[in-house]
Amino acid sequence: MILDSILDILTGVFLLLGGFLSVAAGVGLLRFPDAIARLHATTKPQILGLAFVLLAIALQERQLSTILLLIFLLIFQMITAPVSAHMIARAGYRGGIIAPHSLLVDELEQAIDAAPEFDDTEPGSE
Amino acid sequence: MSDWVFLAVGVMLLIAGLLALYRIIRGPSILDRMIASDMLLTTIICALGAEMVYNGHTRSLPAMLVLASTAFLGSVVVARYVSRRTNS
Amino acid sequence: MSPQDDQPASVAASTNPTASESASARKVSRTEVRGRVWKQLPLLLGLVVLWGVLWGQFSWLNILTGFLVAIAVTRVLYLPPADISGRLNLWYSLVFIAHFIADVTVASFTVAFQALNPRPIPTSSVIAVQLRTRSDFVMTLDAIAMSLVPGSIVVEVDRERAILYFHTFDTTTAAAVEAMRAKVLVVEARIVRAIGSKDDLARIHETEATR
Repeated sequence: MILDSILDILTGVFLLLGGFLSVAAGVGLLRFPDAIARLHATTKPQILGLAFVLLAIALQERQLSTILLLIFLLIFQMITAPVSAHMIARAGYRGGIIAPHSLLVDELEQAIDAAPEFDDTEPGSE
Repeated sequence: MSDWVFLAVGVMLLIAGLLALYRIIRGPSILDRMIASDMLLTTIICALGAEMVYNGHTRSLPAMLVLASTAFLGSVVVARYVSRRTNS
Repeated sequence: MSPQDDQPASVAASTNPTASESASARKVSRTEVRGRVWKQLPLLLGLVVLWGVLWGQFSWLNILTGFLVAIAVTRVLYLPPADISGRLNLWYSLVFIAHFIADVTVASFTVAFQALNPRPIPTSSVIAVQLRTRSDFVMTLDAIAMSLVPGSIVVEVDRERAILYFHTFDTTTAAAVEAMRAKVLVVEARIVRAIGSKDDLARIHETEATR
């Protein structure tokens, strides 16, 4: 009984934290100046928020098959979110979506200037 | 007391979804829209999870999985499309 | 993407080029035969477990069909084999995972409060980080780990020179840029201690001794 109520309270806390992170991501999406900053605001707090919600589910449904599926779902998100974030950031950088003066330093631009053939190698994206 | 928690979570997820929707409509570039729709999908996944906890079932898990892969494929395809267009 | 391609860069770093070159070349040829099957096995097992989880049960028929589907999938959708070193330090893996979870939690809330905080948005930077590893796998893990820690996104990867380009959020001073660069290297060192090859490990120790 006591264990159940502790788990219920933890479930509620995890759900609230997940909701809070979602709202914060939404506000960041609204306020941040360019696409890449918005990417920072959304993807990562969302992953943690999702992890909290999945934890809440795991606490309520304590079955091995469910927990395995939840773990798989979380790992899938953790692998795919950086990939899609990287692809969007890369497309954004090349499309000139970042306002240049919003950056403190830009070492990639320096590298591209130093080596004009840099873009032809297309490293690691295929 | 427990119902209040779920109400609060529902309201927060609703606000997050509305903010994402706003960015999808307003977003100056296609990438902003893509980021926002990605976030909208993740919010929907969270909402499905919260609903499963509330009603005590696990039937929406496959839907969560499908939504997660849809979000990933969507952003990758759009990002590739955008970088191809800006390259040529 | 054979390890020989990386040889010129690592030779430049080592003091005794011919000895290290022949040693690593011999090691590759011996492990390559055995490694083929070995390296595919975790992937196959993972796919079988996934198949069982999706069906919701682990009957013998499920495991059998899972193996068939897994073999078919790895044959049809062929991926270039990742050069996993085969070394696994369980303790340092746990250290890495614990640090990773702590980093993600702290940094997620930091970004969340930055979003909610009404003061102006801090400036960002694009920084280049020269990694010390020669392994694609470690580089990928480092990139994924750093991408999941809010505040940094991989913008571009230079695989041949092992340079990662990050877009970093909230780097308003040069000191913050250097702190972020150091952070990437610390995460790299943790990953190498957990699963990196002996060569990478030696390289990490070397740079940390000279620093």
